[in-house]
Amino acid sequence: MRYSAWTIFKEGISGNGGWKPMWREPEPKGEYDIVVVGAGHGMATGYYLAKEFGCRSVAVLEKGWLGSGNIGRNTTIVRSNYMLPENQPFYELSLKLWEGLEQELNFNVMVSQRGIINLCHSDAQRDAFARRGNAMRLSGADAELLDRDGVRRLCPFLNFDNARFPITGGLWQKRGGTVRHDAVAWGYARAADGLGVDLVQNCEVTGFLISNGTCAGVETTRGLIKAKKVGVAVAGSSGRVMSLAGMRLPIESHVLQAFVSEGLKPALPGVLTFGAGHFYVSQSDKGGLVFGGDIDGYNSYAQRGNLPTLEDVCEGGMALMPMIGRTRLLRMWGGLVDMSMDGSPFIDRTHVEGLYFNGGWNYGGFKATPASGYCFAHLIARDSPHPVAAGMRLDRFRQGAAIDEKGAGAQPNLH
Amino acid sequence: MTQRNRIEGGLVDRSTTLRFSFNGKRMEGHPGDTLASAMLANGQHLMGRSFKYHRPRGVLAAGPEEPNALVTLRAGALAEPNTRATTTELFDGLEAMSQNHRLSLEFDLMAVNDFLSPFLSAGFYYKTFMWPKSFWEKVYEPFIRSSAGLGALSGEPDPDSYDKGFIHCDILIIGAGPAGLAAALTAGESGASVVLADEDFKIGGRLNAETHLVDDQPGADWAHAAAERLEAMNNVRVMTRTTIYGAFDHGIFGAIERRTDHLPDSGGKPRQILWRIYSKRSILCAGATERPIAFPDNDRPGIMLAGAARAYANRFGAAPGNRVAVFTCCDDGWRTASDLAANGIRVSAVVDTREGASAPSIPGAISKLGDAIVATRGRKRLTSIKLRSGGWIEVDCLAVSGGWNPNVHLSCHLRGRPTWRPDIAAFVPGGSIPPNMRVAGAANGDLKLSDAVSGGRAAAAEASGDLGFRPRLEEEIKSSDELAGIEECWSVRNASGRAWVDFQNDVTVKDIDVSAREGFRSSEMLKRYTTAGMATDQGKTANVVALALLAERTGKSIAEAGTTIYRPPYTPVAIGALAGRSRGKDFRPVRLTPSHRWAASQGAVFIETGNWLRAQWYPRPGETHWRQSVDREVLATRRSVGICDVTTLGKIEIFGRDAAEFLDRVYANGFKSLAIGKIRYGLMLREEGIVYDDGTTARLGERHYVMTTTTANAVLVYRNLEFARQCLWPDLDVHLISITDGWAQFSVAGPNSRDLLRKVVEPSFDLSNESFPFMACAETTAFGGVTSRLFRISFSGELAYEIAVPARYGNSMMDNLISAGREFEATPYGTEALGVMRVEKGHFAGNELDGRTTARNLGLGRMVSKKKDCIGGVLSERPALNRADAAKLSGFKPVDKSEALTAGAHFLSKGQDATMDNDQGWMSSVAYSPTFGHSIGLGFIMNGGGRRGETVRAVDFVRGKDVEVEIVSPHFYDPEGERQRG
Amino acid sequence: MIISHPLLGPRDSAEFVYLGDASLIGRPHAFDDDAMEKFYEYQFLRDNPDGVHRELWYHEQGDRSWLVVTRDTATHDILNVELARDVARQSGRGR
Repeated sequence: MRYSAWTIFKEGISGNGGWKPMWREPEPKGEYDIVVVGAGHGMATGYYLAKEFGCRSVAVLEKGWLGSGNIGRNTTIVRSNYMLPENQPFYELSLKLWEGLEQELNFNVMVSQRGIINLCHSDAQRDAFARRGNAMRLSGADAELLDRDGVRRLCPFLNFDNARFPITGGLWQKRGGTVRHDAVAWGYARAADGLGVDLVQNCEVTGFLISNGTCAGVETTRGLIKAKKVGVAVAGSSGRVMSLAGMRLPIESHVLQAFVSEGLKPALPGVLTFGAGHFYVSQSDKGGLVFGGDIDGYNSYAQRGNLPTLEDVCEGGMALMPMIGRTRLLRMWGGLVDMSMDGSPFIDRTHVEGLYFNGGWNYGGFKATPASGYCFAHLIARDSPHPVAAGMRLDRFRQGAAIDEKGAGAQPNLH
Repeated sequence: MTQRNRIEGGLVDRSTTLRFSFNGKRMEGHPGDTLASAMLANGQHLMGRSFKYHRPRGVLAAGPEEPNALVTLRAGALAEPNTRATTTELFDGLEAMSQNHRLSLEFDLMAVNDFLSPFLSAGFYYKTFMWPKSFWEKVYEPFIRSSAGLGALSGEPDPDSYDKGFIHCDILIIGAGPAGLAAALTAGESGASVVLADEDFKIGGRLNAETHLVDDQPGADWAHAAAERLEAMNNVRVMTRTTIYGAFDHGIFGAIERRTDHLPDSGGKPRQILWRIYSKRSILCAGATERPIAFPDNDRPGIMLAGAARAYANRFGAAPGNRVAVFTCCDDGWRTASDLAANGIRVSAVVDTREGASAPSIPGAISKLGDAIVATRGRKRLTSIKLRSGGWIEVDCLAVSGGWNPNVHLSCHLRGRPTWRPDIAAFVPGGSIPPNMRVAGAANGDLKLSDAVSGGRAAAAEASGDLGFRPRLEEEIKSSDELAGIEECWSVRNASGRAWVDFQNDVTVKDIDVSAREGFRSSEMLKRYTTAGMATDQGKTANVVALALLAERTGKSIAEAGTTIYRPPYTPVAIGALAGRSRGKDFRPVRLTPSHRWAASQGAVFIETGNWLRAQWYPRPGETHWRQSVDREVLATRRSVGICDVTTLGKIEIFGRDAAEFLDRVYANGFKSLAIGKIRYGLMLREEGIVYDDGTTARLGERHYVMTTTTANAVLVYRNLEFARQCLWPDLDVHLISITDGWAQFSVAGPNSRDLLRKVVEPSFDLSNESFPFMACAETTAFGGVTSRLFRISFSGELAYEIAVPARYGNSMMDNLISAGREFEATPYGTEALGVMRVEKGHFAGNELDGRTTARNLGLGRMVSKKKDCIGGVLSERPALNRADAAKLSGFKPVDKSEALTAGAHFLSKGQDATMDNDQGWMSSVAYSPTFGHSIGLGFIMNGGGRRGETVRAVDFVRGKDVEVEIVSPHFYDPEGERQRG
Repeated sequence: MIISHPLLGPRDSAEFVYLGDASLIGRPHAFDDDAMEKFYEYQFLRDNPDGVHRELWYHEQGDRSWLVVTRDTATHDILNVELARDVARQSGRGR
């Protein structure tokens, strides 16, 4: 069923009784060419496997319901303001894919390119942003360096007069913005389903069929599923799932909290990040301020955070935007994130033949969804890494080839 | 005309009249009113507009679950959007405005959406607005955004202040209704320290809204007396206007106490206080929330929850209507009918979905059993209802009860899931509730008063018993009992028209139908697709109804369908309160250098360096640009002598027999051979082999060293040293203490620095180059006996010293050094001049050490000793860190000397395209060098060492610059180091 | 969270700084033949359990002790707290 204003009109006048399921709910078959575990990045992977690489026998397994992983639990920001050559072209590819996604999927995922401004508060920060902005420009992305007045023109409501750390400028990527996160899962699922990909929900992987160093499928709560190739994309739970294949990863699982305020009339021009505290914010189409900050900082699978981080984030918010004091925090949630040893992800083969790994997205996987799906599909289908993801190897720490955007070193909670 | 619906009775103080306004319309009420009750008393039923269809709405509830009656309270910078009229305590002069309409509340242009509703069903926006592509950003989305949202931010800083505090107690009791009060009395009498918190301004919970008797008194009177007894116990703290908004790990609860929201203004006092309550035990007595029934046009002003209708009549003395009908599926609805009738309000009909309901007779009312309401009329106020059995009844108020949902929220904040109890048709706390929490009263599904009271007492007895207190339970609390029968009814079937489930977000039964049909078959997916439960009321009235309807449509039981996850906060919390006083200049503490007062008196310009404020430069009269000041400071230092406060550098004192061994392991280069009285430069790596920090360490004695770190890493290096000492080598005899704040330290730099120091240091101390050469250190005295440490080190490249004295002498030392140096025109210099001189000298600093730099990048590869084990030694040998073409620290000068260099520029070979593949490196630091008269820079460029003399482009797109630069040695100034050794 | 410091009693976790898995105490020997591989595993690979985890916390806003906290990462329950120095010695570390 193709979506358009006309379909809505037709359905509207006939009582909205004709809407079709967006995806089938198939029983898993006993065997597929490719099984992808996880319906976040994995859903995108399933779509691109079918769409771009002609794979017709593909299943995407989801432990819970579609969108129950991190694809539906994030602050919806998309951007490509990365500096390092192993990252920048990858995230820029992702942003380009976002820019055409609605038409490609025939699903309005509400890509809202209203810009992202990283604020700086010192000369050294400004120079680091210039370095990053120039790297972005070298890679074909957009970046502008704003001075204080430039920031003020865009965001007159920020604290310019009484700040502990005065705003001196910012790095502005106009093409950055937000996307309606749940809709991304739904849009990819619907499109993949249309191409014959089986989305199997409530299907948890409990083991891998590995013999002689080769993976031949997965054991699940819905039975054994054989596959020639298995791709795992379960960020947040990577450690837990890959341990089933006997792997220790350069990853820790941490809790990242996010927050949303009550709905408000439009107040923010785009995404803002505070450079002198742990706070970033955007405003959803529904009007809520969506904001967050640092991870809680300790290993956790509990999917909930604690008060010190909540307070720290709100302190940053009030320091930056003292106008938000009288609006209220409506909801907070804690998600499970894979924090890697250099803050960058992995899209790679594993030591097991036929088993592929995608994870380590830290707190920034959502923006990568299209490119991650695309590059993971490329890797699985062709057995060779896509050029823009070639640095995202699992063995990079053995080589000394960390992709450390923040320069924080091998301590995951610092990235 | 005013207060035309005010009736007798209730807990409002009629002796005082409060004036307030709604949308500019003047009204009156009394202390004890909420804004909602006062508006009802004034006959104002229309209070707001819904989110999507802009339907006219009146009040639905009488508590925090209110979805409809949201107002913007107060005006200007004090404007508080999305405020529930039902929890806003009335005060004199209150101003409220309705929200979310274009033109006016009465005539909202956006109400056209209501007529377009067939085309605006669940998730419609995911299916359209995609063509033409460019219209989304420019046309559709701005329109959607401006239509969405509810209230507006003032755009001005919040003028109020907020505080934070900690409370420790044995037992926290959440909610002061019958269960909570009974629990508090029991716990309090046991001797335990108790906190009793309630969100309301009046203790008593539902007792204030009901006509129950407790101990033969009206419930509200009993509650009042109980509160007085509790207030008299000094081990009990009773907190009204205090919402426990979240349960966190280990018995910690978040609470928000509203201190001045009920007053005309805060009078300079904190508006709210954010408490963190640390409890050993907690008892959740949060009561229950009534839920509506979905039937066609069930959202008209005048239709409200049955419990709310009786709260308005019983507690607030405000008639919810003049001709009322009740629609119920449980016995509780009948209580509303009888209470309203007892208050003299005409009850026209009671409609119960149950065939076999035991129907008390209500004077003047017809009883309809096994019936339902299938239609309603009245756009801005209900005018009539239609029964399934036929016929319209004229009413102006309809009280609806679909049963009560226990307020399980806080029992689920640690991700517990409630369990379904079919006998009361509700979820109750179950499974894993927070450790050491008990639940009592309606929150536990004990919906009868007597059960609530006895449950509260029992929970408190257990909790205090756990902690070793002896609860006394001799005195019974007598309470009236009531019927609490229910038969599930979520929606009225086979009735045409839209039936609302989530009132605020305009989610109807049809939306749930559509979404279930489209594949959104779990409660979490339903919520996300339809937005049910995502409004400011957090779905308190909608969630259970929505998931029950979803369960019906997916053929599951309610227990199988399960709830969505309950997350904090229980009710929304002002962001200002969560931030407390950490805002504006007080966002973070300020660290002042020892000479700050002196610098301020000299008119220094200060700069934030982490939490420090440092003097950036010292402008002199006539200097109009910062560069004039900085150039002068540099030249004066290089010509004669300059003085700079360098206290902010981290200083760590190291003692012990194994101190040398310890240093040898934490630094990449060797330290065992360092002689007493000598200083060595040290390079510190992270364990992965990346440069972490650098500084100097001076050996003051056999077992005594002083290490310096960079300002930025002072805390981190200390932490890592403690890690190495305690965790890696626990038996090394090493002791550490941070002395960063203990000693004031000043750099005295320039050719006349020795002569200046001779004037202040103990005369017998020999400062000659022979006895106190470059990299020497000593303890001595200065300024007539002040303990001092003297280090001959140089960041500027000049003959230079650093002198340290106990911090309390720092300010006067600066003054004395300048005075003593008057004959040399001693010049104070700030961080800018310091930076210029270090770039001239080619010293790397924070800009170069960005956490990815190796010793090899810095040209110091050979410093990493292979002969010993040091942190970072092994992993620094990994292949990718040792590529032959690795970037090397180099100097850069513009070919055209008039060009200014910029940091952050990337290097490209001439003639190559500007692509990432051709990227050769970047400029890390730049300065205008007054010494050389042109701009200079430091940066990293591939194969840098072998490319001296080559010309490349320094491209800075974001600043619009493209400058040709020559690669040179990073050591622009005195490369042989003769001056610093002189 | 509340951490029961072995010397100071219950303290709010906000007084502490978290490092990670207590296996970081087990720093390999630099001159072993397979030192590079051992250091690689030591520094970069983690068990990352969903359950009981021994981990390092530093009482920075307190007595500057490094502690080994045994905590369940699924529930945040704290099962044991020890001085890291004692743990290091028990595991055979000395000078």
